[in-house]
Amino acid sequence: MAPTKSAVPAVDGWFTTEGSPTLLGSRCRGCGTYAFPRESYFCRNPACDSQEFEDVALSGRGTIWSYTDARYQPPPPYRAADPYEPFCIAAVELAVEKMVVMGQVVGGVGVDDLSVGTEVELVTDVLYEDDDHRYLVWKWRPLASGTDNGGADV
Amino acid sequence: MSDDKRVAVLGVGMHPWGKWGRNFVEYGLTAARAALADAGLSWGDVQFVSGADTIRNGYPGYVAGATFAQALGWTGARVASSYAACASGATAVAAARAQILAGLCDVALVVGADTTPKGFFAPVGGDRKDDPDWLRFHLLGATNPTYFALYARRRMELFGATENDFAAVKVKNARHGLANPNARYRAEVTTDEVLASPMVADPLRLLEICATSDGGAALVLSSTDFARRHAGSSGLLTIPAVSTVTPRFPQTVIEMPNFATDSAVTVDGAMGSGFRHSIAHAAYEEAGIGPEDVDVAEVYDLSSALELDWYEDIGLCKEGEGERLLRDGDTAVGGRIPVNPSGGLSCFGEAIPAQAIAQVCEIVWQLRGQAQGRQVDGARVGVTANQGLFGHGSSVVVTK
Repeated sequence: MAPTKSAVPAVDGWFTTEGSPTLLGSRCRGCGTYAFPRESYFCRNPACDSQEFEDVALSGRGTIWSYTDARYQPPPPYRAADPYEPFCIAAVELAVEKMVVMGQVVGGVGVDDLSVGTEVELVTDVLYEDDDHRYLVWKWRPLASGTDNGGADV
Repeated sequence: MSDDKRVAVLGVGMHPWGKWGRNFVEYGLTAARAALADAGLSWGDVQFVSGADTIRNGYPGYVAGATFAQALGWTGARVASSYAACASGATAVAAARAQILAGLCDVALVVGADTTPKGFFAPVGGDRKDDPDWLRFHLLGATNPTYFALYARRRMELFGATENDFAAVKVKNARHGLANPNARYRAEVTTDEVLASPMVADPLRLLEICATSDGGAALVLSSTDFARRHAGSSGLLTIPAVSTVTPRFPQTVIEMPNFATDSAVTVDGAMGSGFRHSIAHAAYEEAGIGPEDVDVAEVYDLSSALELDWYEDIGLCKEGEGERLLRDGDTAVGGRIPVNPSGGLSCFGEAIPAQAIAQVCEIVWQLRGQAQGRQVDGARVGVTANQGLFGHGSSVVVTK
């Protein structure tokens, strides 16, 4: 492995990578509605005409609303590892924000390890790499999995 | 609803679904000519051409109405093109209906056709980091079946649906499509074959996920006055409602291609839930009917499991009762309320801009008693339901 390949977010401004990673959402200053990814122009609440938003860190823990996996390699612009390794995807309910946010589940976790209601926490992990960088994305990791399967320490 | 909000369906036509690999315009023209012949009208009688767009076939696909009009030969007809993801065909129907009801034309031709790539639908090309459809593939590897599978798993956990139930939907629809000359897949499948097919997005297997297909479908619509003069009142079929409503905030079910739902902190989530439900019920309200009046339905079975959601969303049963309806045989041809007698997307695959039009074609054949080998006896009222990306969906009611 290249000794000093730097890790950068695969998308700018959607999540933090320092310390305990969090998703970056927005909260409307008018009505309090959260959004992910961040809104900067208009509030999704049709009864609200505010155009002012504050950036907020979304809850780092939630419960699984539903889940699946990707047995076949997704088409580009997904950049799959070679050889391809299937992964799980979870839609996770955040209690405070009252919203559901999707994310890949960390490697090593299969659908049999998940169920509706499973508690998960947010981590960052490598999505893909090129010669210069490792590109990071947010992923969900089951709290009770008890396995050290990637994430967080990149 | 008063009679003058109805438009007549004079003709329907399709190009068979398949993977033909030819230009989409060919399929659209075949369907258009079939619909005109079915209506007993000629191309020169058409005053408004309403095209449903395809975004995977270059500029001609974006201006589908004009593309079809030029291919049929310029006549100076009014023209428009609609794009509304999977609901594009119904939006083209809505445009034609509005022109007719406004008195701007008497006869309209609605056409949708597509040529599709193999495999998963992927986003339109380029490096587009401000397009959520591009980003969901790039950041999550979330394909369309990913979302279908999230709904399917949720049904299993909430309502006790089983893999056998999902397979049974496929078995039913495969049987329905056997005799349909326009269906791409015409072969019986067994539950064992479905359950032995490869898992794509757990719990959904290859035979339970709709394919991408080539195909074309067309309708000739007219004012009811024109229809009575042209064909008489006997057996006249009309469209009393076309629903193309958006979701209501907050949308609390994750939908393609989004990363997150709306937040329900400021408005009760129950107020905005159930987009699929609202699509169909807006149509019922406009038509002045209820689900109890429906004799036959064509719903968007993008996956086998999703058909069970639709049973509830279009009001055939209460939430959580879809499996019972299926197990009792109610939704099979010969049952109480047959669903997808055409074979559905299960037998067709999806030709996006043509699909919502094809649903209407099937209902028309059913109401005329022309659905050979899959006929729902005595059908007088039919409904279609459809949903796609970016808050688009549709429902069309056809009555005898």
